[in-house]
Amino acid sequence: MIRRAQRHLGFFAALGHRLSGLFLALFLPAHFLVLGLALEGDAALEGAIRWSDQPLVKMAEWGLVVLLTLHLSFGLRVLVLEFMPWRDSRKAMIGLGAAASLVVGLLFLFNLG
Amino acid sequence: MTDETLTVEIWRGKDTGRFETYQVPHRKSQTILDVVTWIQRNREPALAYRFACRVGMCGSCAMTVNGRPRWTCRTHVSKIVGSGGVRIEPLRNLPRIKDLVTDMTPFFEKWQAARGRFEPSATRSEPMASIPSDDPERRIVDAGIECINCGVCHAACDVVTWNPDYVGPAALNRAWTLANDQRDGDRAGVLKAVSEVGGCHACHTHGSCVEHCPVGLNPTAGIAGLKRMTLSALLKGSLS
Amino acid sequence: MIEARLYLLQRGSAILLAPLVLIHLGLILYAIGDGLSAAEILERTRGNLGWAAFYGLFVLAVAVHAPIGLRNLAREWLAWRGRSVDATTLAFGLVLLALGLRAVWAVIGVGAGDGA
Ligand code: SF4
Ligand code: SF4
Ligand code: FES
Repeated sequence: MIRRAQRHLGFFAALGHRLSGLFLALFLPAHFLVLGLALEGDAALEGAIRWSDQPLVKMAEWGLVVLLTLHLSFGLRVLVLEFMPWRDSRKAMIGLGAAASLVVGLLFLFNLG
Repeated sequence: MTDETLTVEIWRGKDTGRFETYQVPHRKSQTILDVVTWIQRNREPALAYRFACRVGMCGSCAMTVNGRPRWTCRTHVSKIVGSGGVRIEPLRNLPRIKDLVTDMTPFFEKWQAARGRFEPSATRSEPMASIPSDDPERRIVDAGIECINCGVCHAACDVVTWNPDYVGPAALNRAWTLANDQRDGDRAGVLKAVSEVGGCHACHTHGSCVEHCPVGLNPTAGIAGLKRMTLSALLKGSLS
Repeated sequence: MIEARLYLLQRGSAILLAPLVLIHLGLILYAIGDGLSAAEILERTRGNLGWAAFYGLFVLAVAVHAPIGLRNLAREWLAWRGRSVDATTLAFGLVLLALGLRAVWAVIGVGAGDGA
């Protein structure tokens, strides 16, 4: 599905940006609903958080944190490319910068997990 | 080198068709356009393709070569073939006419939609405005002006594929040079034109255009410049 | 024009969101690291106007940012264009805003110490 002409850093950054954004957007209503449980008393929220202690749900949560980091990094890439004066030679650096921030984010998570 | 042969697949037909395979003698310093020409002269007289200058000036010879849009007259076969052969198709994102020839009409219509044409601010009887070569705006124009209208970036851009309204990197690159051209009589009009549906804001900064432009232009940077210019025009209220 | 406006809103909200997301991520990691329970989290957030403002702004920016991205995606990948997609994504934004503000209210707004 991915054509040869698309195989470069910028395309994958944009694809990752879009897909992470899509998943985040779909997840947000659920996130808000769970937090809203606090309205029904702390026990309800506590219950939801307990439920989210299951390994599978934990994995999914971890995934969402990664997605948020991804979306942030790729978003910063776009903002830099669009709002800062840049030359061709800096293009690679900006890509690397985004990748680096991502790696740092992931390492951070692994450390805690 | 002459004893080597290349296996070349070429698209025959229009939207429906098939790849035909040809064996072509591999020569030193052979370009993709040389290969296509050899096939047309020696094997397939009815093969349709386009070229004119053969030296990277006219922009008419662009095709898809092994999945990437390229100017074929300046693309050496030796750069393309690793272990496999060569597969040549028409450019993407444009209607096909026959074999390797695409209809460039929508491409140039989009240049017009992006106001990619010079609007004079003086008549021919007035003296020509001189803009010093170290003028910052002049430098911006110089960086983007060498476009040969080959359509390679247009074919490489995914937003052109996904969004039928999108005018594409070449048209916007031209609009960017005009938005910075002190001799243009309606620079505000350029900003309005590129703020329409399918204008510069539709670009997602993928950078496929920069990646593929054969003359090394950077439409992405120009489009980002248009985004900044239109934003400040919007905030100043001069966009409507 | 409309595209330029949406672009302004999209990038403007993005610039706002960048630091907010960083702080939010920091908080998540802090809470996980410390193994906070819901009660402990709520104890710290309840009645805290600073956090209410922080997350209120966050929700508002997200409710602007996400629908514009979804609109682009729908137009480009699903070829869903025109008024129906504009209306649907706008509605999604409003739902996000409502649910988000409700969540902020639930976690922070309810009278300090209530039920804790
Ligand atoms: S930077 Fe913009 S114009 Fe260039 S390929 Fe990407 S989306 Fe297309
Ligand atoms: S910008 Fe580059 S790739 Fe695009 S039409 Fe001009 S010369 Fe060709
Ligand atoms: S034939 Fe003119 S650019 Fe290739």
